[in-house]
Parts: sequence; structure tokens; C-alpha cells
Amino acid sequence: MAVLVYAETQGNKVKKAALECVFYGKKVADAEGAECIALVLGSANGVEELGNYGADRVIQISDASLDQFDSMVHTSVIGQVVDATSAQTVILAHSSTGKSLLGRLSAKLSAGSVSGVIDVPSYENGFTVKKSVFSGKAIAEFKVKTDKRVLTLSGNSFKPEEIGTRVDVEHMDVTIPTSSVKVIEVKREEGTVPLPEAELVVSAGRGMKGPENWGIIEELANELGATTACSRPVADIGWRPHHEHVGQTGVAIKPNLYIAAGISGAIQHLAGVNNSKVIVVINKDSEAPFFKAADYGVLGDLFEVVPKLTEAVKKFKAGL
Amino acid sequence: MKLLVCISKTPETTAKIAFSDDKTAFIKDGVQFIMNPYDEWYALVRALELKEANGGTVTVLNVGPSSNDIIIRKGLALGADDAVRIDTDPQSAYYTAAQIAEYAKENGYDIILFGKETIDYNGSEVGAMVAEMLNLPFASYVSKLEMTDDKAIVSRDIEGGVEVSEITGAFVLSAAKGLAEQRIANMKGIMMSKRKPLKVVPPSDVENPVSVTGYSLPQGKLGVKMLDPENMDELVRLLHEEAKVI
Ligand SMILES: Cc1cc2nc3c(=O)[nH]c(=O)nc-3n(C[C@H](O)[C@H](O)[C@H](O)COP(=O)(O)OP(=O)(O)OC[C@H]3O[C@@H](n4cnc5c(N)ncnc54)[C@H](O)[C@@H]3O)c2cc1C
Ligand SMILES: Nc1ncnc2c1ncn2[C@@H]1O[C@H](COP(=O)(O)O)[C@@H](O)[C@H]1O
Repeated sequence: MAVLVYAETQGNKVKKAALECVFYGKKVADAEGAECIALVLGSANGVEELGNYGADRVIQISDASLDQFDSMVHTSVIGQVVDATSAQTVILAHSSTGKSLLGRLSAKLSAGSVSGVIDVPSYENGFTVKKSVFSGKAIAEFKVKTDKRVLTLSGNSFKPEEIGTRVDVEHMDVTIPTSSVKVIEVKREEGTVPLPEAELVVSAGRGMKGPENWGIIEELANELGATTACSRPVADIGWRPHHEHVGQTGVAIKPNLYIAAGISGAIQHLAGVNNSKVIVVINKDSEAPFFKAADYGVLGDLFEVVPKLTEAVKKFKAGL
Repeated sequence: MKLLVCISKTPETTAKIAFSDDKTAFIKDGVQFIMNPYDEWYALVRALELKEANGGTVTVLNVGPSSNDIIIRKGLALGADDAVRIDTDPQSAYYTAAQIAEYAKENGYDIILFGKETIDYNGSEVGAMVAEMLNLPFASYVSKLEMTDDKAIVSRDIEGGVEVSEITGAFVLSAAKGLAEQRIANMKGIMMSKRKPLKVVPPSDVENPVSVTGYSLPQGKLGVKMLDPENMDELVRLLHEEAKVI
């Protein structure tokens, strides 16, 4: 028996989400009395480190054609590895890649699937897992009745720890189908942690008055090593790029810290951020609904408060 | 071009969420249901635009009970030519996808469009399942779609950026924000929708692999701690020592 973890890579390196999945996969494997096997598709380096985070075995199919993502091709290859390893549970990251594979694998393996799982499975009443539903207003428990199951793990649900040792990377022979999808271009913001993976996020809304004022938000984010985000109207009017838009119609995130300046906290905004561990709200309106969802609140003018906060972070980092 | 748009019904985001006393069922009474925004604003509108530019037909499909006819009629009012309802409760993503695949396989669509996810369960599963069941390529989170004579050029939202790719032949896509601009149904559309065909078909026999067994409420916040706007050192101290996030 095995738990197979699809370890996602980007730019030749294992992603942080892959470490979380392997760490989680090991917990599931222990509960099931199974082996935790990490699978890497494509030519990434340094994948033996997955052993450190709990993989008992690491399999890499380093064919360069797999560096391009095609859900159809990747599903076929993962399916072959599932068969060869008799894997019962397959775990993927809740990322654009993981989510694109989840449904396909479920169909291919006739396996029940649950996306965005937030906790380890329970085996008391069959196999059950939990996920957040209804814009974070409830948690639902799903029961999977098939022998095989496929899950995506919600990001930042587990902090990966080094619980194992390096293992040798194995190869496996598989048939790689030809793809009818040709990737022409990948445009990615370099140098910043993408929002869904960010642990610290500084976000701002219409209270900023205009795009020219965003310097203070970027400075705070820089000092903290945080990624910037924004509310929807701000992306819609073009003050900020679309990929920064968080909320129901944008990206859903779960960072350790979410700082919101000049955002009212409408339910559709909260839908994408209310799973953040700690929320700080800076707003000049004491009635702003966001204060109800916050851990820390600052009632004041963001144009004064944000620079003060940046200074305080600088002092903190300098050990003062 | 023959286009199929799969539409689902979800509670409106601001709806109050309540459960039965034993916490096993979601109480639908008094909840306002809408067409899932990704299906309506992006998938359906882009399909209509493609039809307007290249000719063809747009069919909307829903797996659900007859009470869903209201949202199906809305799809027709926005401009779809005809509609199909597979008459069964959508018990899980897999069950729903199998129903859609069974119907679509008979009909040879050029593109099957989905929303990126439903806003109640955020599954993001059905589209990919249908793609696999029909052995078709799947472009997920598409924020731009252009058709050339023999190819589709799609931009997919990925973490921190976009990926542009070319697809040849029939395919399945899931629609994200940006793919189209929301449209509002006009009076003429609404009048015409009443005369457009809505075909009800019986479900196929599919075993349901997943079910929801219960709900719970998330741990609420303890209440907000308000800080002196003049003293941001204190906020940083709390974030470090109390919340332990920096
Ligand atoms: C179907 C649907 C989906 C939606 N999806 C999303 C989504 O995904 N994400 C999203 O964000 N929204 C979404 N919305 C929009 C949402 O309802 C709100 O309209 C939006 O979040 C408001 O953005 P905002 O808080 O930036 O602006 P506003 O509501 O205008 O709030 C600005 C805030 O800034 C404060 N402010 C102003 N000046 C200052 C100052 N100098 N200092 C401090 N505070 C100040 C004000 O007190 C106010 O609270 C959606 C809406 C619908 C209907
Ligand atoms: N009952 C349904 N009938 C038709 N299409 C559906 C149904 N449920 C989901 N879909 C489609 O599948 C997409 C993704 O749904 P989900 O995987 O549940 O998040 C939706 O945006 C719809 O396009």
C-alpha cells in the first residue's frame, strides 16, 4: 500500500507546496500503515530533499517533455505510477496544477476526490476529510467511499518539518503520450512569492485613493518580505494587476498574516481571506465590517498609519 | 461551432448559512440561489461572443432538479440557443461530471465550457473530470481565449502569472475572471427565453463516490484587539510575541 504525493516543481526546483504535501502525505501514510512515495515529473534538481520531509521513496520521471504542463499527459503518467505502486491515496497541492489534475485523476482512477482539504483524514466512519465551504462560513466533512481517493491539500495548512532523511531518487519507465497542447509562453512575476503561497500578505483597497499612492504599501511589504494583494474594485479599475485581486472572484489565500489597509471587508472580499491565521485591519471608519473579522485593528488614516508601521517593522528587524 | 456551457446553481455569497439540528443538512429555505458567477459572467458570455463572431450554437446544460429551471431560463435569456437539464440531484462532482460526459459524448461539441469553480464548495473538479471522461485536453482557469482557423490560443491563470498555450481540436475549458464581461439579460432576451427549447433528460446510472456527512462552524475570532494608531511598535511586538507570525 502506498500514499502517492505529486510533488510540484517550478523553475527546476521543488515548490514549497510540495514539501507541505509530502509532510502531510507521510502523516496519512502512517495512519494507513502505508509507504509515502513522492513523485516528481520533469527535470527538477535536488528532489532527494523530499526524503527529509517524510517521503520514504522518491520517484522522478525526468523526461524534459514533462516540464511543460498538460493535465492530460500528466494524468496518464501519474495513473501509471499509481498502478505500479498500488497507491490508494493520491495527494496533490491545491494549486492551479494540482486542481487541474485532481478531477482528471479522479475520473481516470474511478476514485472519489476532495479538493482543498485542511486536515488529516479520519478513519472512524470510513475515510473522511474536512474542507472550508460557503465562503469560509462553514466546514464540511466529506466521506470518500471508493478504495482509491485523490485529494488536494489547501496551502499553508501544515508547516513542513524535516522528519526524515535524504533518499535515493528512483526512476520508473512509463509511456508518455503526445500532447495536443503547446505551451507558447509563461509570464510570471519574478522575485516575489506568488500570492497563494505567501505567508505574509499586505493588501490595500479603494481607501488608497489612487495607484500613485501604492508606494507605502510596497514599502511595508518589502520590509516584511510580504506579497502585495488588493480588493476587487482596485483591480477592476486598473490600479493594480488582476493577479493581485483576492476574494470570492479572485484568489483565495490563507497566509499567516494578512494586513488590510483601506479595505471595507465586504463578504465577497472576506471569502478569499478569512482563513488567514492573523488579520490586521487598518481603516478610518470604526464601522468598517472588516474589524469584525480582524485580530488586530487600527482605527486611523492609512496614509499616517502604514508608514508608521513600516518604521516599526524596520526598528524591529534592526533589533531595536 | 458547437458550444456547450455547463451551468450550476449556488447560494448567493451573502446568504445566511444554516444547518439542520444534527448538522448533516444545509437548510435551503430562504436562501437566494443564483447562477454560479463564473459560469454566467465568463463561460457563457465568452461562448455567446464566439457564436456571434463565428456562427454556431450555444447549449446550456445543468444537472439538477426542476427547481433549477429558473437559472436555466436565465442562460437562455442571455442568449443561449437551447438548454438541457439532466434530471437528478448533483450528488458529488464525480456523479455530476459523469452525467455531463455521458450526455456530451453523444453530441460532439467543439468546446465545453465550465466555470473555474462553484462559489459554495469551490470544488474546481467537474470540468477536469469531464475532460478525462471524454479524453479531451483541458485548459483550466482561462482568462483569455482567441480562436484562429485551426487552433485555440488560451491564457491560463497560474500562481503569480499566466501561461499561454495553443490547443488543436476539441477541448474543455474552465473560465476565470477576464474571459468576458458580464452581460445583463434584456427584455427581448427574457421574452424569447420562454420559447426556447429546454430538454429534460433522465440521468444515467452512476455510483456516487463522495458525500458530505456533516458540517461544523469554523472557530470564530476572539474579537478584535484595537491598537493606538500612534504606537505601531506595539502592533509589531504583538505580531511577534503574541501572534508569532513575524
Ligand atoms: C458577486 C461579487 C463578487 C465579488 N468579489 C469580490 C472579490 O473577489 N474581492 C473583493 O475584494 N471584492 C469583491 N466584490 C466587491 C465587494 O463587494 C466590495 O465592493 C469590495 O470588496 C470593496 O472594495 P474596497 O474595500 O477596496 O472598497 P470600499 O468598499 O470602497 O472600501 C474602502 C475602505 O477604505 C476605507 N478608507 C478610505 N480612506 C481611508 C484612509 N485614508 N485610511 C484608512 N481607511 C480608509 C473606508 O473606510 C472603507 O472601509 C464582489 C462583489 C460581488 C457582487
Ligand atoms: N450541477 C451542475 N450542472 C452543470 N454544471 C455544473 C454542475 N455543477 C458544477 N458544474 C460546472 O462545473 C464547474 C465547476 O464546479 P465544481 O467542480 O463543483 O467547482 C461549475 O463552474 C460549472 O460550470
